Amino acid sequence: MAVGKEIKTKIASVQSTQKITRAMEMVAASKMRKTQERVLAARPYAKKMSQVIRHLAQASSEYKHAYLSEREVKRVGIILISSDRGLCGGLNSNLFRKFVKQLKAWDAEGTEVVMAAIGSKGEGFLGRLGGEVLGSVTHLGEAPSIEDLIGVVKTMLKAYDEGKIDRFYIAHNDYVNTMTQQPEIVQLLPVYTEELEEELTHHWDYIYEPDAKDVLDQLLIRYIESLVYQGVLENNACEQAARMVAMKSASDNAGDLIDELQLIYNKARQASITQELSEIVAGAAAV
Amino acid sequence: MTMTIHVDIVSAEASIYSGLAEMVYAPGEMGELGIAPRHAPLVTRLKPGEIRIDTGSEELDFFISGGILEVQPHVVTVLADTAIRADDLDEAKALEAKKRAEEALADKSANIDFAKAQAELAEAAAQLQAISRLRKTR
Repeated sequence: MAVGKEIKTKIASVQSTQKITRAMEMVAASKMRKTQERVLAARPYAKKMSQVIRHLAQASSEYKHAYLSEREVKRVGIILISSDRGLCGGLNSNLFRKFVKQLKAWDAEGTEVVMAAIGSKGEGFLGRLGGEVLGSVTHLGEAPSIEDLIGVVKTMLKAYDEGKIDRFYIAHNDYVNTMTQQPEIVQLLPVYTEELEEELTHHWDYIYEPDAKDVLDQLLIRYIESLVYQGVLENNACEQAARMVAMKSASDNAGDLIDELQLIYNKARQASITQELSEIVAGAAAV
Repeated sequence: MTMTIHVDIVSAEASIYSGLAEMVYAPGEMGELGIAPRHAPLVTRLKPGEIRIDTGSEELDFFISGGILEVQPHVVTVLADTAIRADDLDEAKALEAKKRAEEALADKSANIDFAKAQAELAEAAAQLQAISRLRKTR
């Protein structure tokens, strides 16, 4: 029938879109589970490390590491962790909004900012934003390895060592639950001393090989890296969760749209039948 | 009963081993270490090499590419590196990250353009709002 041709095609196209969004939803759901497992798997390392750092920080009091002591803040460094791909609702733009707000606050204080990006959405954003960008890394995939992050973290740590930045932050999404992802800005350096200043019940100390300074140096670098790594993993889990939710609502919307179009189609069909009938009746009456 | 010590081998990406052992051998930076239960507290850097765990009934081997070993009287923790590490290697990676950023952001300006960022965010927010409005009216 000629009447509903356009509507029929429209319905078919919406249906195929719905198929895609539904497939993406399911893919995201299964990926989300895996990314959550990865977040959990990475936790013991950072936990163990902060324990050792706590001991070390208390034990070798004559040596105060630069990563543990506060200094006057003139410049700060921040790594923006974002997703590589879009179609995940407002996940990235919420993070960017928080990020820009923080940058403005620093700007108002007269604090300079240097930035780095993990993830291509963030890289693109920093490019459009302007400002000094130290490094970037993208396309880490679903199973990022710490090896991929060493470079970009090192650029920041180097800037800190050379006194180019006095504080070091990361901005990423924190995974609360499937429906909620919270953009967060966390300070990594100097390492929060309150966390470290937990009283020991009795005094004891390690034997150090080669010495406390060398061990602490290496430990702190690994610690920072593992925190950034965790940020990336969290953000990954958020991305999949946000995508799942976004795709679910897209599928639902497509369903509603199809129902509506179907209704219009049926009405049009009925109208044309009624019209034909009345034409026949009118024709018969005229004869 | 023989004395045992708890051993955890963790890397940033996963927990590798956790269990009891009678003896642990590790490649310390200052030399090979053998750790028995009730060893004095110790922290050392590890060289790339093999960690052997003697559980009494069997011997387990783990290869690590470096890391840190922490010993407390009843717990041994190995914080293993998953990547091969060296200062100059890290440096090379840092330069790579920097180069990448420079290539990606070839036409960047020195000052942060807040107005532009704000406009962009407003646009994204407006899009999201329009979508949710559409959803409601339907």
